[in-house]
Amino acid sequence: MDRDATADVNAPHSMGTTIIGVTYNGGVILGADSRTSTGLYVANRASDKITQLTDNVYICRSGSAADSQIVSDYVRYFLHQHTIQLGQPATVKVAANLVRLLSYNNKNMLQTGIIVGGWDKYEGGKIYGIPLGGTILEQPFAIGGSGSSYLYGFFDQAWKEGMTKDEAEQLVVKAVSLAIARDGASGGVVRTVTINNEGVTRNFYPGDQLPLWHEEVEAHNSLLDILNASSPEPMST
Amino acid sequence: MSSIGTGYDLSVTTFSPDGRVFQIEYAAKAVDNSGTVVGIKCKDGIVIGVEKLIASKMMLPGSNRRIHSVHRHSGMGVAGLAADGRQIVARAKSEAHNYESTYGEPIPIKELADRVASYVHLCTLYWWLRPFGSGVILGGYDRDGPQLYMVEPSGVSYRYFGAAIGKGRQAAKTEIEKLKLSELTCRQGVIEVAKIIYGVHDEAKDKTFELEMSWVCDESNRQHQKVPEALLEEAKAAAKAALEEMDAD
Repeated sequence: MDRDATADVNAPHSMGTTIIGVTYNGGVILGADSRTSTGLYVANRASDKITQLTDNVYICRSGSAADSQIVSDYVRYFLHQHTIQLGQPATVKVAANLVRLLSYNNKNMLQTGIIVGGWDKYEGGKIYGIPLGGTILEQPFAIGGSGSSYLYGFFDQAWKEGMTKDEAEQLVVKAVSLAIARDGASGGVVRTVTINNEGVTRNFYPGDQLPLWHEEVEAHNSLLDILNASSPEPMST
Repeated sequence: MSSIGTGYDLSVTTFSPDGRVFQIEYAAKAVDNSGTVVGIKCKDGIVIGVEKLIASKMMLPGSNRRIHSVHRHSGMGVAGLAADGRQIVARAKSEAHNYESTYGEPIPIKELADRVASYVHLCTLYWWLRPFGSGVILGGYDRDGPQLYMVEPSGVSYRYFGAAIGKGRQAAKTEIEKLKLSELTCRQGVIEVAKIIYGVHDEAKDKTFELEMSWVCDESNRQHQKVPEALLEEAKAAAKAALEEMDAD
């Protein structure tokens, strides 16, 4: 509290972040918070960390915002060419492999953890985790970002194989909101993207509608609303 | 038959007045004069067979392989100039390897065929290169099922149910058309291919030959491999028996 509170607004944008990808019976659900911080300053409180690569493959980005954006731009470009050459949609595995080649070969310069999730007709719904060094690991679910530290135990207990779409969505939203409660670098709203054979659906959960956890205080309206109040008396005895 | 393209056939970068590139056609002749290569797509895989004409009795049986594995899931039978064929195989192996390194999955057979065809075609575009004097029959089994492609010296590549190149291709194609490929398993297909190759071999004109066969099917675990010894012998015996039956008529 006594620390000098001036934030370094010129620091590189980092997404403290909580990102999650889970498979369910029929597809995948990707979820993320929406806080982009520059040091202590929240540069964007409603960012979209779930980025599209193709019609059927999306990624969750964490770490350096610039690095993760560049990687996703490159992979989108390569996948586009690959799709033209192949004559059919790219598989999730190929997308994930392209991401990890970039992550691994440029590991000295990049600082980004990525979760690749999508659906293709050969393998169905798949999630691939590609953390900092460029390892690629196919997993039934993956978590990443600074907020994920608080979710390992939670997933150990709450994760089940073969959930329905709604169960999986509830799990993802609950998990992100738990992480937001504990991780200072995660916050804002919860965004989810559901991908299955029928297509892609985006969902949005405003921050003030998320459940409250231990010792969390209820949200209340901004005191600035008083200025718009009909009564000229801001305070009453 | 084709005419001699006097004056327009000296370079692969010259068209004739009737729109033909004679050098490519001459390259195809090299393939037409070589031992027959047959490929069929059965319901559970691919079978490739080669009539390997033996130039000399001093050669070790099993040498001078005409069928090569390109990747775990695919292989090619080569007809025409052997050294040219080896180059095509090497390129195919390299493409398959690079694809897997970049994309993390085995190269789809369609993609492999496209790349091989592009490479063969490339060598018909420059005056300082000559066209490949060999054609290949490429068979493989990927996640879209078994597929068979043929690449000609012109760089043209099509997908086939059954294909044949080399000396006995006309007769072989006629025989293949008689088969009900969608009902054959590879095990049965191996016997049929052996019969076809023995059938089209011209005893009078050519020297002895060695039968070389490979398959990639469910039974081989979708890996490209030589047809197992026992089945090969069974196929040869059946083929010889079929020949005798024909001669007896």
